[in-house]
Amino acid sequence: MPSLDDLRRRISSVKSTQKITKAMKMVAAAKLRRAQKMAEQGRSYSDKMDVIIQNLSKAISDPSNVSKLLAGTGEDKTHLCVVMTADRGLCGSFNTNICKLAKNYFNEIIKKSKNLKIITVGTKGFDQLKRNYGRYIIKKINFKDKKKLSFRDAEAIGQEIVKLFKNKEFDKCVIFFNKFKNVISQIPQKQQVIPAMKNDLSSKDLPTSYEFEPEEDEILDDLLPKNISTQIHKAFLENSASEQGSRMTAMDSATRNAGDLVEKLTIHYNRSRQAAITKELIEIISGAESL
Amino acid sequence: MSENFNLEIILPEKILLKDQTTSVTIPSFEGDMTILKDHISLIAILRPGIIKIFGSKKAEYFVEEGAVEFSNNNLIILSSTILDVKELSRDQISKMIDDCKNQLNNKSGLDDKTNYVISHKVDALSRINL
Repeated sequence: MPSLDDLRRRISSVKSTQKITKAMKMVAAAKLRRAQKMAEQGRSYSDKMDVIIQNLSKAISDPSNVSKLLAGTGEDKTHLCVVMTADRGLCGSFNTNICKLAKNYFNEIIKKSKNLKIITVGTKGFDQLKRNYGRYIIKKINFKDKKKLSFRDAEAIGQEIVKLFKNKEFDKCVIFFNKFKNVISQIPQKQQVIPAMKNDLSSKDLPTSYEFEPEEDEILDDLLPKNISTQIHKAFLENSASEQGSRMTAMDSATRNAGDLVEKLTIHYNRSRQAAITKELIEIISGAESL
Repeated sequence: MSENFNLEIILPEKILLKDQTTSVTIPSFEGDMTILKDHISLIAILRPGIIKIFGSKKAEYFVEEGAVEFSNNNLIILSSTILDVKELSRDQISKMIDDCKNQLNNKSGLDDKTNYVISHKVDALSRINL
């Protein structure tokens, strides 16, 4: 049975935790608004880029000598997985969800005895994956000391990936990130960026005949590396909005839990105090009676 | 105004411009081209140069690279390096030109394509008159 002093101390400690989570929630809410706006504005660039590339790939007559970034190496041996997580914790199941999806995919690849290479972006993903998959991780990137991620940062990662691809280090590249749907739901996603060609070419819509300047393959050579950077940048934006949203909901429920706990402890405290008073009264009365 | 078509300039971070216009000149990789309404569907990439927008609101932007799609009277310009010419200062421009010239002089191993791109950048920058 804890003493009254202990209880009082616990109540005040829970209360100060509640203050912190409440403040974090406010900060996350403010950051979320900005990140959400950026994610929504950033979508149009990557969507349009995607449309152009799909249009281009439809127009290509001879798929055999097209850029390998689009059509793939023709092999399916080594997979490069880029797992994008946050650099900071305390955001609910945000990081865990991405890692869970990634782990499922890793296990599938390992089961098929294909080669696996992992690049982790963000410290939290690295922390979660290093124990089981540490030997597959070829590079870890984090932006802990950066406040805002720009397109240049995404470009640097994109160029890295293209370089690895040119050195024939892998055949397929998949990125993992959280897509921001709304504040309470973020969907972990896996997206294949190399090869960029989509198999489900919806052949129904008639391809408009485009004029190309310069030739298709030259455009593709220029655009495909950019497309990878673009997709990574999009994943950054989606991720940062998701992170803040997830943190906001997590902190909101933490604040509520702390409130519940304070209430429970206060009742407990009041009861114990009342019990002590009653006990003292009984002692006084019975003492007086015995006289 | 039937001579108008839709123009969108999109950056990775945001949509820079969404407007109707009558004519746009873009520095396509193989030479400048002007796009008017009902131009044939087109996909092109850009080299360094100036995008000139005519019509009710005139504007000029300096781009280093980018992609362009025109279809059904919608012109979409995607670029990650875009600068409003009005916001450029003379110092900035001369610094950029110097950087490019250094690149041209220092690296002898530049391939033809990079050489072409950089020399066009110098050319476009030096033609900006403030």
